[in-house]
Amino acid sequence: MKRIDIDHAEGRSRRIDTPGHHPEREAQPRGAIRRGKRPIDHAEAAERFLAAPDHLAFHDQRLWDLRQKRDREAFAIPEWEELRDLASSIKDYALANLDTLLEEFERNAQANGITVHWARDGAEHNRIVVEIMRRHDAPLLVKSKSMLTEECGFRDHMQEQGLAVIETDLGERIQQLDNEDPSHVVVPAVHKLRADVAAVFAKTLGTDPDNHDPAYLAEQQRESNRPLILGAGVGMTGANFLVAETGTVVVCTNEGNADLSANVPPVHIVSAGIEKIIPRAGDLGVFIRLLSRSALGSPITQYTSHFRGPRLGAEMHVILVDNGRSARLGMQQFRSALKCIRCGACMNTCPVYRRSGGLSYGATYAGPIGLIIDPTIDQRKYSALPYASTLNGSCTAVCPVKIDIHQQIHAWRGIMAEQKEPSRTKRTAMKAAALLLAHPSAYRVAVRTVGTVLPHMPRFAVYNPLNAWGRGREVPNAPRRTFHDWYKANRT
Amino acid sequence: MSARDAILAAVRGNKPSQAVPRPDVPFFDRLADDALVDEFRRRLEQMGGRWLDPGPAEEPLAPARARIAQAGIVCSNVARLPGTRTLAAGDAPALLHDVDLAVVRAAFGIAETGSVAFSERELVVNTIGYLAQHLLVMLDPADIVGNLHHAYARPEMHAGHYLVFQTGPSATADIEGVLIHGAQGVRSLTVMLVARTIA
Repeated sequence: MKRIDIDHAEGRSRRIDTPGHHPEREAQPRGAIRRGKRPIDHAEAAERFLAAPDHLAFHDQRLWDLRQKRDREAFAIPEWEELRDLASSIKDYALANLDTLLEEFERNAQANGITVHWARDGAEHNRIVVEIMRRHDAPLLVKSKSMLTEECGFRDHMQEQGLAVIETDLGERIQQLDNEDPSHVVVPAVHKLRADVAAVFAKTLGTDPDNHDPAYLAEQQRESNRPLILGAGVGMTGANFLVAETGTVVVCTNEGNADLSANVPPVHIVSAGIEKIIPRAGDLGVFIRLLSRSALGSPITQYTSHFRGPRLGAEMHVILVDNGRSARLGMQQFRSALKCIRCGACMNTCPVYRRSGGLSYGATYAGPIGLIIDPTIDQRKYSALPYASTLNGSCTAVCPVKIDIHQQIHAWRGIMAEQKEPSRTKRTAMKAAALLLAHPSAYRVAVRTVGTVLPHMPRFAVYNPLNAWGRGREVPNAPRRTFHDWYKANRT
Repeated sequence: MSARDAILAAVRGNKPSQAVPRPDVPFFDRLADDALVDEFRRRLEQMGGRWLDPGPAEEPLAPARARIAQAGIVCSNVARLPGTRTLAAGDAPALLHDVDLAVVRAAFGIAETGSVAFSERELVVNTIGYLAQHLLVMLDPADIVGNLHHAYARPEMHAGHYLVFQTGPSATADIEGVLIHGAQGVRSLTVMLVARTIA
């Protein structure tokens, strides 16, 4: 039989070697420092991530590897672009008919025995869960990964209520035990190296602190989680899709933890944002074909689960959460961000995200999609984030539902600039640049001069406090000849 | 105003006003019927699943019986492949925590992804598909559909309360991207092609 390289799902079995500048173990860089409503300083946190060469190299390579696997799977499907168009227009239809589709979902779910709840915000969502747990006298809830509950501050609230929440996804559990947020929507602990995980598990689960083997660490988590799952009174999952036509909740995972959380305890609660609605079961083919290929470069997640009603003798609840989504629907410029299916493809391809780490964004949603969602949640706190982008458009090019991410990032910059969010030096420099760009001949002279002069300029002239772009960036080597000169010589 | 009415009112007030057509989704048939088994096997193995050849015509179930004989506690939902413990709908889900091997017939398979589909009818108790350490799946080659569009056109989507597509064993790569099978669910998933008339 021919040998098969196992190379699937989230996986690569080959180890990515880091440069090893710090043989004694490099400390894991922590994320952005949050100071109430004050703007998140992404640049400051990113600088600390950049200063950790082993973490930086691994993070960059691992995510780029996912991007390449995504390309391989996407190019293998002739109808890939057609699927993206379909996904985008199905979502357009869903957003234009969101009210009637939500009602249709509610009707069909109820007909199958599901209890449907509605929550205006995170606090209301959390109250509903506490109420269900109290009614069942259940002190422990096991849950699978959900970005929505991160939005709702769910775990902190439950802790205040004296109720225990156990994350069952390995990456999310690592982050829970380390008191950190997920740094990526699909691979929550991707910013950590194996030694970081070993240290967290040694401290919290009592594992061998010197054993850094990922297989050992994952097995320890499996063994410590299993009894908790078997004894939990309530299980919670998120939702990747809600099907209006059938009242079905669809959940995609690789570990099988969503199915354990939903199928073992006597109560299953689903937390779902209202934008997860799609009209028909037949639409699922489009989204499931796109989701894992875009996320991890695998044809599908190991588990794609469809819940249409409670199991025999059990209860099932769905909480439909707004938390700012209906308001975003009214923001014409940023509405299409509601199409996002949380695959993380934009993050994997983004050169800024790959080199700054997700926690540097100091927000629930990091990376390119975060740059447009976060300011709709808090415009002042996330005012600096739209600048954490090169506007290269790679995010838009890979987005499976065709959100014009980089154009929306640019639009946010316009709004922030109107409200004078960039620093004075940046604004002055932008004015000068605008003048230069408006006069092509002056621009060409300037470009030619820069190419000649720049290599000979002392560093202090480029990297000084007056040049806001000098921070955290190196000037590339200027080509010997400008494109314009080459074009004149060869094409006219 | 109730949360429900408030949310629906806000959605109604903010949704785009222009009508948007609802697109139809084609089936995107690419695979010929006689290519389905090969594609299914290729994807199953790519996703970490295992392939078990059936035995000779006079005893096609022999390899499955050999697997069952080697395992400790076996729960089987396939009548001609009895295990060591019987399963009944309504059994407490957590009771299956000590099962070594579960034997289940798939409702259907999907060539494009190498997935096998189970509803609660095949699983009897849903947790058998997750709490068992290993899973042995019987699949009729006539039940393999080409891609996910065909999978979603199947009647199972509109009947019953639970339907899962399982693709290889449970997996994680959350620690440094190193692939590990047996994250939370089964450690291995093996598929044997056997017609429904045989077992």
